[in-house]
Amino acid sequence: MFGDIFNAQFVASSIRVAIPLALAGLGGVFSEKSGVINIGLEGMMLTGAFTAVAVTNFAQNPWVGVLAAILVGIFLGLIHAITCITFKANQIVSGVAINLFASGITVFFSWLLFGETQIMAKTNLPIWGLSVPNIGEGSAFARSMITIFAHHSPLVYLTIIIFALSHIILFKTPFGLRLRSVGEYPQAADTMGVNIVKMRYMAVITSGALAGLAGSFLSLEQAHFFVKEMSGGRGFIALAAMIFGKWTPLGTAGAALLFGFGEALAIRLQGVTAVPVQFINMVPYLLAIFVLVSAIGRATPPAADGVPYEKEIG
Amino acid sequence: MKSVKKFDYYNLLEKITPLIAVILALLVGAIVIILIGENPVFVYKTLFSNAIGNRDGWGNVLFRATPLIFTGLTVAFAFRCGLFNIGGEGQMYIGTFLATWVGFTFTNLPAFLLIPLCILTAAAGGALWAAIPGILKAKMGVHEVIITIMMNWIASSLTFFLVLKFKAAPTAAMVAAGVKQMIPHTSEIAQAARLPRLYTILKFLNINFPSYNQVNVSFFIAIGAAILAYYILWKTNLGYEIRAVGYSPLAAEYGGISVAKNIILAMMISGAFAGLVGTNEVMGFKYRWRQELFTGLGFNGIAVALLGKNHPLGVVLAAILFGILNYGGAIVNIFTEGRIPRELIMVLQAVIVIFVVISDEVVKRLIRQRRKVV
Repeated sequence: MFGDIFNAQFVASSIRVAIPLALAGLGGVFSEKSGVINIGLEGMMLTGAFTAVAVTNFAQNPWVGVLAAILVGIFLGLIHAITCITFKANQIVSGVAINLFASGITVFFSWLLFGETQIMAKTNLPIWGLSVPNIGEGSAFARSMITIFAHHSPLVYLTIIIFALSHIILFKTPFGLRLRSVGEYPQAADTMGVNIVKMRYMAVITSGALAGLAGSFLSLEQAHFFVKEMSGGRGFIALAAMIFGKWTPLGTAGAALLFGFGEALAIRLQGVTAVPVQFINMVPYLLAIFVLVSAIGRATPPAADGVPYEKEIG
Repeated sequence: MKSVKKFDYYNLLEKITPLIAVILALLVGAIVIILIGENPVFVYKTLFSNAIGNRDGWGNVLFRATPLIFTGLTVAFAFRCGLFNIGGEGQMYIGTFLATWVGFTFTNLPAFLLIPLCILTAAAGGALWAAIPGILKAKMGVHEVIITIMMNWIASSLTFFLVLKFKAAPTAAMVAAGVKQMIPHTSEIAQAARLPRLYTILKFLNINFPSYNQVNVSFFIAIGAAILAYYILWKTNLGYEIRAVGYSPLAAEYGGISVAKNIILAMMISGAFAGLVGTNEVMGFKYRWRQELFTGLGFNGIAVALLGKNHPLGVVLAAILFGILNYGGAIVNIFTEGRIPRELIMVLQAVIVIFVVISDEVVKRLIRQRRKVV
């Protein structure tokens, strides 16, 4: 039974499940590194998931759907930025409002445009990479390697590129240094001539774009449909991944893979064990709580995380 | 004298920001309605005239406002302690399920025992579920927002498991009609566990009220809960400590107030309010747990609390406003034959929240500037 569960397909599906968590978590990294908490990732993801399927079906082209999901994420990110940065409102409240808004607007348009709350995606993105050889052709090792590394949706490769780039941008460029300084000690950054408002806007909008992309992967690639509330807390699990990953892109990716592993395991265990499916469904959420508790004392958020910047003070 | 007058003006402005936010949100809604190709004047007229134009409408509004008062108090109470409890949804699930279980298990008890027992169980269930994130926050510093959200999903799975475990057998009528699949639900609670509908009381007072209206005694429990929340927060030592922790945990700790104890207690009281949703939905309305009967009420409580400025009186008023929007929205949906989805109301609620938050900040800034100038 062990071998039936932990095989190459399992690893590949762990990666697929981890992608939306990783992308949204990376969105959290950008936003919080600049000092803005983004609880709205969940809603941005949900709206992205809906938009991706809806636009794909109208345009008959999944790429247009993915692009639209990113744009919608940017739009919601902009709303969050205006509320939190320009109006300096409570960031958690603004994020919660975005989540409420997303729950309503996705079902609203889903009724309006399609007359139902579950929409099938008419086309999907292609699979890129090498084709998996049939059993008997080639070695089992090659088959496993191709399944794990080279037989995925283009968005999987895109995610890997995005993570590599994000790591470089955040830690190896002047821009990244400024972004981090804005989240750690904005007063100092301000005296150095860094435009705090501009940096934070860019970071929050980036986080929206990433959450939108995460949503498109969830609906177009993982489920092949949209259904109301399909994000199912993943935006928050992504935040847990971000915390566990110590607010770094690579750490977040690792934590997302851990969650992906947990969720993929939960999916695999359904029907195999005598444990009721409802308890298996709890696994990702229990894992998130466990991870958060164990991250205590090890993970420190950026110093100015969640604090609006007031020029007069200091 | 003049400056005093101006100060009052701004004070008033601060008090009515929710009203401004609601009007702005209704304007946004009007734009959406125009974009759909419907007439906003007709839609709003239908919405309000049906919701508050007659007794039946009012009854329906109060029936829908009742659970929102509970979940609104949940968020508002925790907020006074500086906590953001967005786990009302899960606390409501657990409290309500436990109360339902008591209601269909201890069927031999008389009403004067069973009703209080069910109510207390509902509150205790919510309190227990909220105690977990409370303890994690107080003892380990884990942020309550993510934990309460995770607890919502766990509660949802747990109650789904429980409803299947206690699933009621299909009735003879269902078997005869050939119904195979149905929404999972438990057996009905005992007659002695049911809260009377309002019309039975109004009939007693010779007031004409439709007997099919679902508003029930739970509305008064909700009002009582709001008064209790006010009393605890502003008239007791516990409330003073909770608010002190909310203002400044460090100052409170320095003043000899246990931050950890108050965080846990505030979370538990907050969760107890959420559990009480069961008094309306099960004890006063469906008389059984039905899967997805009240999904989303916990989340709507967040909007209610913010609109009500986290004050019990504000929560009651905001809940009634949302009751009007919810019931009126459902009527509009029927009148326009589904061309206006009722989710428009959800969108309106979110827009209201964003506007409340922004207008609050803007007014606060105006006042601060004003004071500086004066």
